[in-house]
Amino acid sequence: MDDLYREAIIEHYKNPLHRGRLDPHDISFADSNPLCGDHIQIDVRVDGSGRISAAAFDGHGCAISQASADLLLDSVLGKTLDDVKSMGRQYILDLLGIELGPVRLKCALLGLKVLKAGVYGLGEASDALVE
Amino acid sequence: MELDTAAIRSQFPILTREVRPGVPLVYMDSAATSQKPRAVIAAMDGFYERTNANIHRGVHTLAEEATALYESARERIARFIGAASTREVVFTRGTTESINLVAHTWARANLKAGDLVVLTEMEHHSNLVPWHMLVSEMGVQLEFVPITPEGLLDLEAYRTLLSRNPKLVAFVHASNVLGTINPAVEMIRLAHQVGAVTLVDAAQSAPHFPLSVSEIQADFIAFSAHKMCGPTGIGVLYGKEDLLEGMPPFLGGGDMIREVKLRSFRANSLPHKFEAGTPAIAEAVGFGAAIDYLSSLGMAAVEKHERDIVNYALERLASFEWLRVLGPAAKYRSGVVAFAMDGVHPHDVAQLLDSRGIAVRAGHHCAQPLHERLNLPASTRASFYLYSTRSEVDALVAGLQHVHRLMA
Repeated sequence: MDDLYREAIIEHYKNPLHRGRLDPHDISFADSNPLCGDHIQIDVRVDGSGRISAAAFDGHGCAISQASADLLLDSVLGKTLDDVKSMGRQYILDLLGIELGPVRLKCALLGLKVLKAGVYGLGEASDALVE
Repeated sequence: MELDTAAIRSQFPILTREVRPGVPLVYMDSAATSQKPRAVIAAMDGFYERTNANIHRGVHTLAEEATALYESARERIARFIGAASTREVVFTRGTTESINLVAHTWARANLKAGDLVVLTEMEHHSNLVPWHMLVSEMGVQLEFVPITPEGLLDLEAYRTLLSRNPKLVAFVHASNVLGTINPAVEMIRLAHQVGAVTLVDAAQSAPHFPLSVSEIQADFIAFSAHKMCGPTGIGVLYGKEDLLEGMPPFLGGGDMIREVKLRSFRANSLPHKFEAGTPAIAEAVGFGAAIDYLSSLGMAAVEKHERDIVNYALERLASFEWLRVLGPAAKYRSGVVAFAMDGVHPHDVAQLLDSRGIAVRAGHHCAQPLHERLNLPASTRASFYLYSTRSEVDALVAGLQHVHRLMA
């Protein structure tokens, strides 16, 4: 429904705050959603106290996946890696402020999945990260 | 004969449904699966309510009746495609299983390492992956007929590939993304000249225009009931009798045997040799009813109606410079129109159209290599059928203008 495309989401999709790459970075990870071809790359810098000081995402995909990544990165600045580890599906749904069906949920959760896989230093992202 | 679209629409109960209160359904995903007329639903209900029994074994009345219904569906399908005999019509779970059957039996018995299999760049995954599996298992080689910039098969390149004497040529009759109708008669004639066996994926052609096995002369043809007004879970492999006769069985089990000893079996005659286990009986009954339904309308009339809708859709969509319509000119097309909207992901297009009740498909439509060839991660596809109307196309166009205003 059009509710999915409330203004804030379209705004973050069209004019993201955190699109780009970070070089140098402390954490970098990328993954795709094979069903729809959404792709997200996230780079993160961590300061001396273990807090996220900068974050950027790159990639392509639907408005939900891209806006969700942008909102996520905006929200994790200043947070610790442990904070990120504790984030799950509900965190993203609260950020987006919408209800999502099972298909679009995968789009919405891709950014968090990528970020957590990077934070945990995993070789491969797993859906279990965003249960 | 013209189709009476209003009468036809009244025969499809689902078309009266509202997607949400006040939002009627505009169903444009018939290439994924068609909707079902009341006659098909009633035939299946009637089977379960009055006849249900297993086939080919029992001697009681219900078993006799169920067997007769199952086999009469096969007879009607054989007539529908002009097969010489019901022995050439094997029931499978659908197009995918039909192609896998050929890959598992004919190919394993007749191909060896280094043999060439020719496919095309516009294949559905169901006519790619079974052959990929033979590459790793048997070392067969695959080559692909390329597509031209306008979305047709490059027939010059095809002739060049044929000069390498492929053992099998397997191709899609009508592309589920581009809508392209490939020149099957000519392609098969050329393939037979070099001694290749031919397989046609007719999933998107059998539902939409007249298909005659004696005209196209393919050795194998695969199609699914659910894209032609029938139920899911059943389809057909047509095969020339001498080829089917020479093939080893596919799955082993009940019904496909003539005789079983503790350490051996003898396979049943055609077509039962390839139908192990209790088949989809009610689905066969529904498939038969779907064939009756399509036959009563006439496939030439179905084709004419869809052509009108597609021509109208192409004409209206051509006016938007922000929309890239995939595939060739109208005269080469079946009822599929896929497109990409500048700067908007197909999932967003599909989701926003859904808010207006318009059901389209977004993604790579099980043709990922084709999308790579087109340099697109995915596309949005509207696909039409005998119940589609020009006013539905108008709704699609208005919906796309809304999406573009909002997102681009």
